Amino acid sequence: MASAFNLGTSLDPATRPDAVWRAELNEIDASTKWPVVVFLLSAVAWLLVGTVFALISSIKLHAPEFLGDYEWFTFGRARSAHLNAAVYGWSTNAAFGVVFWLMARLSRAKLRHPGILVIAACFWNLGVAIGVGGILKGDSTSIEWLEMPPYATPLLFVTYAIIGSWAAITFRFREEKHIYVSQWYLLAALLWFPWIYAVAQIMLIYEPARGTVQALVNWWFAHNIIGLWFTPIGLGAIYYFIPKVLGKPIYGYFLAMLGFWTLAIFNSWAGIHHLIGGPVPAWVVSASIVASLMMVIPVVVTAINFHMTMVGNFAALRYSPTLRFVVFGAVNYTLVSLTGSAMAIRSVNEITHFTHFTVGHAHQGMYAFFTMVMFGAIYYVMPRILRKEWPSAMLIRAHFWSAAIGVTLYWVDLEIGGWIQGLQMNNPDIPFIEVVRNTVPYLFVGSVAGIVMTIGHFAFAVNIAWMFCTRSEDSAAAPTLFHSRPAMPGASAQ
Amino acid sequence: MSRVPVVILGIFAALAFSWTGIVLTNQIQFGSLTPYYDQNEGRNYPDKVSGMAERGRSVYQDLGCAYCHSQQVRRLGFGADIERGWGERQSVARDYIYERRVFLGTMRTGPDLRNVGARRSVAEWHYLHLYDPQLTSPGSIMAPFAFLFEYRQLLGERSPKALKLPSDYAQRHGLDQPGFELVPTPRAEALVAYLLSLNDAYVFPEARPYVPPKKNGGSK
Repeated sequence: MASAFNLGTSLDPATRPDAVWRAELNEIDASTKWPVVVFLLSAVAWLLVGTVFALISSIKLHAPEFLGDYEWFTFGRARSAHLNAAVYGWSTNAAFGVVFWLMARLSRAKLRHPGILVIAACFWNLGVAIGVGGILKGDSTSIEWLEMPPYATPLLFVTYAIIGSWAAITFRFREEKHIYVSQWYLLAALLWFPWIYAVAQIMLIYEPARGTVQALVNWWFAHNIIGLWFTPIGLGAIYYFIPKVLGKPIYGYFLAMLGFWTLAIFNSWAGIHHLIGGPVPAWVVSASIVASLMMVIPVVVTAINFHMTMVGNFAALRYSPTLRFVVFGAVNYTLVSLTGSAMAIRSVNEITHFTHFTVGHAHQGMYAFFTMVMFGAIYYVMPRILRKEWPSAMLIRAHFWSAAIGVTLYWVDLEIGGWIQGLQMNNPDIPFIEVVRNTVPYLFVGSVAGIVMTIGHFAFAVNIAWMFCTRSEDSAAAPTLFHSRPAMPGASAQ
Repeated sequence: MSRVPVVILGIFAALAFSWTGIVLTNQIQFGSLTPYYDQNEGRNYPDKVSGMAERGRSVYQDLGCAYCHSQQVRRLGFGADIERGWGERQSVARDYIYERRVFLGTMRTGPDLRNVGARRSVAEWHYLHLYDPQLTSPGSIMAPFAFLFEYRQLLGERSPKALKLPSDYAQRHGLDQPGFELVPTPRAEALVAYLLSLNDAYVFPEARPYVPPKKNGGSK
């Protein structure tokens, strides 16, 4: 527990206003430059690849003859290529970039031998490219979230081992004695990922477990990669950026700790709600339902913590791009988690299971929460490591509104469509083909929403490319904001 | 919370708890489930599938069929799986013990396929449906799998497996040239063999078909 002495520093990631500290931070940021740039740029490249496959699969759902003659782009493959490009290409690369930048800053330690990380980043991307290519070629495993063929995954695992160890080493050489909330989350995620990934690979691919034990391992992994990898990194980033941009400490240390440990215990047990009604032991399903409902505790605790930090500062959302993206993500984290808990209740699950509701829900989690937080983080990190500002506030604004409107339309639309689909599917008087036909309008709107999101992704990519083309001397001296900022003492730029 | 070893230990323990509970305990509980020996029939269930169907399972896997079709029948009273004719009884763990890879699925963009071999037992129907789902199920949003078929010049006899397309459809799509035929490739044949093998037509002590109660207080 925190003593009164370190309480202040533990609550406050805001920089101390002295010039020495500022210079030290600059040095630390500079040490992370190349690995973070490589991770983030490849993330953006994968974002575009993932978006293309997302559009292909979405359009195929209401116009199945679209690209229908090409085996490589059949729905089952395009969909998996989208998921893997989005999860291991975009999200994980973005996570790595943000993790290293945060870990170095919060540990007040320079990144050692960043060249090795740059090489590791290249191999990670090579692994993802082999994996996604293998899926399109027809070597998919057809195991959800683990579609990459077995010739791609060992490379990913070994590369991860290097990347994860490097983050741990940076933490090990920390100069800052106190460990801030974000670091707990990042450390936990870094330790959890290799465990769940290795267990899933071994028990599903190399030495497959018998029968439906496979399904349990599959959903233990697939829920945990969201709950114990992306969620902690997303939350760690929110815990850093909200106080940082506002220049005020996080509301509650005890709440943060409570939220962290309850997340660790309950989220790791929640995965088997994906198998409600399925041919697996009822006790493990029930245990997962209980854990899913208990998730309300960390979610509400964390939401209160974020909200109380924001109270009185909502006006800052007007000018700060980072804050706007991150707060959008934080709000969606609360909403998506509460929806997830509700979906685990048997009577609700009876309707939502096997429908597009789940797809909408997954996109609210991975996009409206995690991806938006990563966007916000990238808007903050890039100018600091490149030492130049974003060239266009207009493009950031276009990015925010397309992404926010697109993803909201997407999940709301699919959850409504999926709910109707579920109700009709449970009524045997309605022929199945009718149920299918009734989903088509919702799937069409889903594609429209996808196009809206795509516009935002291109705005983002153009802005980044433009940023690389400008020389730092030509770059604006002041941070790129949506609107000029009213004087706010202590508040950090952007 | 600045005691690093304690934090690391806690992080480790949280996942260890879940791994032990969900993965390890279930592996011990039913990870070596055996077939059921039916004394009346003098044989073991479930059935093992043919080599052809086993190859079809790989085609099912590489095309990603499982992303729209589940393979699990839920009990009566939970969903309408049995009322829709997707199976006579609920699926249980023992049904899957011989499957190298289990495709329970989490989506029903299309119908459940656990017993599709029972309700669609004619290969010809599957070929037409795979070639163009609109032929058999107008309004379907299933992807066409025309690339699993070959439109080729007749070599001697017409193949018995050649698709019998409706004449107006064949005309519209230019598939009615004399001396040509549309035949499934070996992959399509394997896939159909696999689909036809999907049929849990046996009972286990833990899963029997539902018998509606008789009038006047028959037992359930």
